[in-house]
Parts: sequence; C-alpha cells; structure tokens
Amino acid sequence: MKFERYGKGLAKGLTVTIRHLFRWPVTTQYPEERLVTSRRIRGNELIWDSAKCTGCATCAKACPQGAISIVTSVEPEENRYKVELIEVDTGYCIQCGLCVEACPYEALFMGYAYERAKYRRGEIVQRNEMLLASEERRRSGYMYPEIAAELPEQTLLIDRSKL
Amino acid sequence: MTIANPLINLVRYGQPLPPDWPGGFWWHWLVFTIIIIVFVLLLVMGYIWIERRGMGWMQARRGPNRTGPLGLLQPVADALKVLMKEDLVPASADKIVHFLAPIIAFIPVLLVFAVVPFQNGALLADLNVGILYVVAISSVSTVGIFMAGWGSNSKYPLLGAMREVAAVVSYEIPLVLAVVSVVLLTGSLSMNDIVLAQDIPFILLQPLGFLIFFIAGCAEINRSPFDLMEADSELTAGFHTEYSGMKFALFYLAEYGEALVMAAIISTLFLSGWRGPVLPPWLWFVIKVIIVFFVMVWTRTTFPRVRIDQLMALAWKFLLPLALINLIITGIEVLAWPEGWQWVMIPVNIVIMGVLILLWSRLSKLGWGRVEV
Repeated sequence: MKFERYGKGLAKGLTVTIRHLFRWPVTTQYPEERLVTSRRIRGNELIWDSAKCTGCATCAKACPQGAISIVTSVEPEENRYKVELIEVDTGYCIQCGLCVEACPYEALFMGYAYERAKYRRGEIVQRNEMLLASEERRRSGYMYPEIAAELPEQTLLIDRSKL
Repeated sequence: MTIANPLINLVRYGQPLPPDWPGGFWWHWLVFTIIIIVFVLLLVMGYIWIERRGMGWMQARRGPNRTGPLGLLQPVADALKVLMKEDLVPASADKIVHFLAPIIAFIPVLLVFAVVPFQNGALLADLNVGILYVVAISSVSTVGIFMAGWGSNSKYPLLGAMREVAAVVSYEIPLVLAVVSVVLLTGSLSMNDIVLAQDIPFILLQPLGFLIFFIAGCAEINRSPFDLMEADSELTAGFHTEYSGMKFALFYLAEYGEALVMAAIISTLFLSGWRGPVLPPWLWFVIKVIIVFFVMVWTRTTFPRVRIDQLMALAWKFLLPLALINLIITGIEVLAWPEGWQWVMIPVNIVIMGVLILLWSRLSKLGWGRVEV
C-alpha cells in the first residue's frame, strides 16, 4: 500500500520546507557581500587603447546601435590617422561585444566593472581619455583569453563554510 | 473608583480585571477595548514579520532585513508607505460601497476578540454563547469582501469576491461542525468555559476535529493553499485589486487580523488557550497564537494552490462527511465513555482519525478532473 496519496506526500513536503528553515540562505547580501563576476563579463563600458588604435572606425561600423562615433585627422609626418574624437554613448550600448570582436588592432575591450551607473544622462556619454583603462576601469577577458587568465575566477555563491 | 485601579490590579494580581471587579461596566469596556486594539495591531505586525521572514528562510532567502534589527521594522515601513499613497477610487465604482467595504471587512476582526479570553475571566464579554458569536461575527467580513468585489465595478475583484463567497459558504459547514464536537465535550458555548474544561488539550481528544478546523479555517481566511480568491498570479490579488492607500492597508490588516482570529480560536478551542505551566497565562496564549500562525505560514510555503473544483471537492466530499462522522463519534463518546478514562480516548481517537482519513482518501483520486492533452 502506497501512502503518498493518504497524506504522506503532504508530510514529505512539510519536512522539506522545515529543513530549509534551518539552512543558511543562499542570498548574497549585495552591497556588503560581492560575488566575483565572470572573467569574460561584458561590463558597463568599453575600454579603449589609444596607442593601438589607428582610427579605422571598424568598431563604429560594427556597432548595431551606432553608439560609437570616431573623428580622425591625417598626420602626414607619421603617415597615420590621428583620433580626434572617439565617443561612446554607453546609454545606447547593448553590451553585444561586436565592436570588440571587430577591432582588427586589438585596441578595444569590454569593461570588467559592472557598477558604473551614473546619475546624469550626460555622464554616460564617454569620450577620448574617459575611455582609457584605469584602476576602476579594468579590461574584461572577453575575446582575450590572455587577459582572462589574469583575472580572479568567478564565484557563484558566497562560501559560508569559512564563516 | 480611581483611574489607576485596572493598572494596580494588573501589577498586583497579574490579571487586569478579576471577574468580580467592582469598577463598573465602562472601565471594563475601555480597558479591554484598548487591550484588544493594541493586541491586534501588535500581533498583526508580528505576523507580517513572521510570515515574510519565515517564508523567506524556508525558501532559502532572508526576507526583509534592512529595516531595523532583523527587519523588525518592516511592517512599520510598509504601513508608512501605504499611508502616504494616493487613495484612488475608480470612476465607475459604487462610491459608498467601495468606501464601506474595507471597514466592514476589518471591524469583525476586532469584534471577535471581545470573547477570546486572555486569562481566566480576562475578556471583554464572557458571553454564554461565545463561540456562536465568533462564528457569526467572523462571517461578516465576507460581506465586506463581497462589497469590495461588487463596488469596484471591475472584473477581477468580482471574480475574486465570488470565489471567496463560494469558498467561505462551503467551508463554514465543516468548520462549525468541528466546533460543535468541541462544544459537545465541554457542554458550554462560552470561550472561557471551553478553556477551563481543557485539562487535556482538545487537540489530543479531538485530533480529527482539529485537522478539519485547521483546514477549513485556512480556507475561510484565504490562506494558501486555498488562497485562490486572491491569487495574485491569476486575479491580480482578487477583491482588493482596485484599492490603494489606506483602504488597501485596511484589507491587508483584515487579512492578517483574520489569521490572528483563526489562530486565537484554534488555540482557545484546541490548544487549551491561556493554560500552561510556569509562564503567565497571557504569555501562553500569545505563544500558542504565534505557533498556530507559524504552522499556517509553514503550510503556505509548502503547498501549491488548489483549483476551484478541488477546493469545493475537498470541502463537500472530504471535510463535511468526516466532520459529521466525527460529530457522531464524539457524541457517542460523550454519552458512553466511562468517567475518569479520558486518557484512553486519546489513542482511540487518533486511530479513528487515521482510519477515517485513509478510507476517505480512497474516494478522492489523484489528478481528479484533469484533462489530458
């Protein structure tokens, strides 16, 4: 005789929930506790390498949103283009990573940071020096395994066993 | 007679008002009205906290923990938020009915506590028809809910209110029959006498009655798994869809207040009310009320919502016949059981409950009424 239909099933369910009551919650208390994100995260911003960039504007062509605009001028002595203006409207950016994949000179990277929200609309339009890499604007390993190797490994849960 | 008298009594005798207190009717009325209102509001806030935290932990979450220590001030924050919200009335609503509905839904919650004893004799009115009064008054809030559904002039509130009425009418019957079997054991309708009669808590003498009362009570106050009158996922919260601001808060208060009423009645009828060792009686009462509510939260977290036909089938095919059989068995036991052998009744009744549930479960098929596609 199976008792599942005579109330045993209900009792089973009740024991499952009461066991969870005495278990540590899995929630990450975000501002206090942070998980390490994926090494290949496509974060909030684009990181630009001014030394490698030739101003070819492949990224601007690849962008499905048209969020990147580049203005260049000719530098006759060095026989190259000078980037007058590179402007990324992060508000339009959909973090698809196509510009990074398209760049033939490895001069564009996705950002590693994800807490780059701004208070004003104007602040999210980034240009020239604002796009360079810095301490809080690290490059993500997206498309670049050698950068990914330097970043810490992703954690999916806060480790409670050490607490 | 001085104003300080009830307080002095509270300090000296641990009992706000002895049954033969000479202070007169109006002092008694004032003191107990204040006690009841404070008790209801405080415990409702406690309930909201227990529900949200307990449910959170059972789902491996934490629940609200930002407002005050352990999130204890969350109900206060909710209340403040809801007070400051705009009070909208739909243009096509029946304005008067729409306005009166939350009041009519909430007032019975306070009224019921008039006959719930906090200690021996410590109650607003020791009615000799106490439990009958409770059953009668607690049905009034259904009228308020139906008024809300009707007065909103909107389809989801009306659907929710219709379901509510159908469910409450069905579940009232097993609920009252379970009460009747308790009354048979006690021989009195007064809540205070019912508590005094429980040398053995009636949950042991009436296990089946307790089960029926608990299930029917949960359905009566629309708690999960019987909450399909305010199923947020299908009816956008049912009858109070069109309510906002303070009126919504009153419905919210009424919902938890009804849970409080049900927990208070269950602990009075089946868990021997304020009786218990060591601790003061009113504390025992509060503890029992909170435990009963915790079990309600526990079942809510565990069980999925039933369909409307399953809800009706459970009431009419399962609870009602079992309640009737339980009533007959209790009647026979009261008449024929030898004096002083009450303890033997406990295992006998538990065995009877097991056999009856097994037999009756055979009638309700698994997945009954499901259409295979």
